[in-house]
Amino acid sequence: MSAAPFVVIGAGQAGLQVCDSLRKLGYAGELVLIGAEATLPYQRPPLSKKFLAGDLEAERLYFRPATYYAKLDVTLLLDREVHRIDREHHAIEFTDGLRLAYAKLALTTGARVRPLQGPGADCPDVFYVRTLDDGLRLRARLRDVSHVTIVGGGFIGLEVAAMARSLGKEVVLLETLDRLMARAVSPAVSAYFADLHRAHGVDLRLACGVRGLETDAGTLRVSISQGPDIDTGLLVAGIGVLPNAELAVDAGLEGRDGIVVDVHARTADPDIVAAGDCTLHDNGFLARQVRLESVQNAVDQAKIAAASMLGLAEPYVQVPWFWSDQYDAKLQMAGIGMPFDECVLRGERASGSFSMFYFRAGRLVGADSINRPVDHMACRKLLAQGTIVSPAELGREDIDLMQLART
Amino acid sequence: MPKITYIDSKGISKTCEVANGLSVMEGAIQNGIDGILAICGGSCACSTCHAYIEEPWMTTVGSPDEIEASTLELAVDRQPNSRLSCQIEVTDALDGLVVRVADNDG
Repeated sequence: MSAAPFVVIGAGQAGLQVCDSLRKLGYAGELVLIGAEATLPYQRPPLSKKFLAGDLEAERLYFRPATYYAKLDVTLLLDREVHRIDREHHAIEFTDGLRLAYAKLALTTGARVRPLQGPGADCPDVFYVRTLDDGLRLRARLRDVSHVTIVGGGFIGLEVAAMARSLGKEVVLLETLDRLMARAVSPAVSAYFADLHRAHGVDLRLACGVRGLETDAGTLRVSISQGPDIDTGLLVAGIGVLPNAELAVDAGLEGRDGIVVDVHARTADPDIVAAGDCTLHDNGFLARQVRLESVQNAVDQAKIAAASMLGLAEPYVQVPWFWSDQYDAKLQMAGIGMPFDECVLRGERASGSFSMFYFRAGRLVGADSINRPVDHMACRKLLAQGTIVSPAELGREDIDLMQLART
Repeated sequence: MPKITYIDSKGISKTCEVANGLSVMEGAIQNGIDGILAICGGSCACSTCHAYIEEPWMTTVGSPDEIEASTLELAVDRQPNSRLSCQIEVTDALDGLVVRVADNDG
């Protein structure tokens, strides 16, 4: 009798990486990858970027063509939803009642959008950007409207705003806090991007929220907390995501704000690991428990999860990094710079190419770089190596950061 | 359609038709070439689509721009003919191109 398969629930970036890593580490047994969406695993980042301008066919978002999964010897079960995990019997149960035994289980269930609340929030003119279906619907509808309202001044909202402006749409963007990307960047960088969006014609309203929505003769009327109603063609909400931890929680595992895992991506169950957007994890680099929403975390944590499934306890110590494309500005973030007690500017803001390096208790903890890829890469290296650097050094353009990172 | 020859990390050579407008990386992914990982999906933020451009193609393909050059700093065993294949757009001028996949699995 052959052993039960290794099962991965969630066919996104992390799920695919778990499968790739398992095979690379020499796992030769049966491997099943389950996805609730009906498409092959695909990249999400382009959905809020060039995909909306109509430049990419859906197929170009796939990580790999269909033939890859047969080559990897992975059984791909798409458009299948898992209803529950029966830990006691080492089996999962699908919504259609079928059961599948597992020897080891990886949960890479990702996250879902936080839904807009309030009157009218469920009307069909409200769009989210998370899935390929979302992207296709929004792209099609964008062609028909001339005015777009965006709720949420985080990465999704800002990227969609930039794409909508590039399509010639009038854009209003509402953010409830007093600055943009408040979770991720410093006030100085928030201000830079506020200026950038306004310079591109976005009607940016900070400290402003949505109170309700109403459809009136083909127009969407948005009632807001500060100022008169806005008549718009469609509304895009980018107000955060909620980790898909329910399967784990229902099975008795800890799942507040994400499936709780240790630095080896292991849950409290010896046969269950988790990786990616769905986890609240002990991050070896940050030395604290955190939930990260990024491609980097999905990929790097998935590698750790795969190792754990094979009994190889690798710690997750990779430097977090992230990027966002808005107009001609490529924002790259290395490490987690917030909160900081000292920061140093490298380059000049007015040039559109500069970096802010962040220090905490004398140590470099992160950097935000705008069109300064060398700074970004150097910072990632410096952080990975734990190189001691001073703010003064980083601010001096005559000091080669890459050289510093190589010593 | 331009033909690109990929030599993977095991030395196995495969010649594929890759449509104009795709990147050399996408051509590798679509044709199942081992060793091109493209973790960041072609946004010049990792180095796992690293490949070496075989002479005499370096002149036609060209050198990396500043953004790509800095990302290549992350690449394993960078050589003068290293490129990130996600940054090379396939055109008729590249018909016959030969690239050698770098060790991106490490």
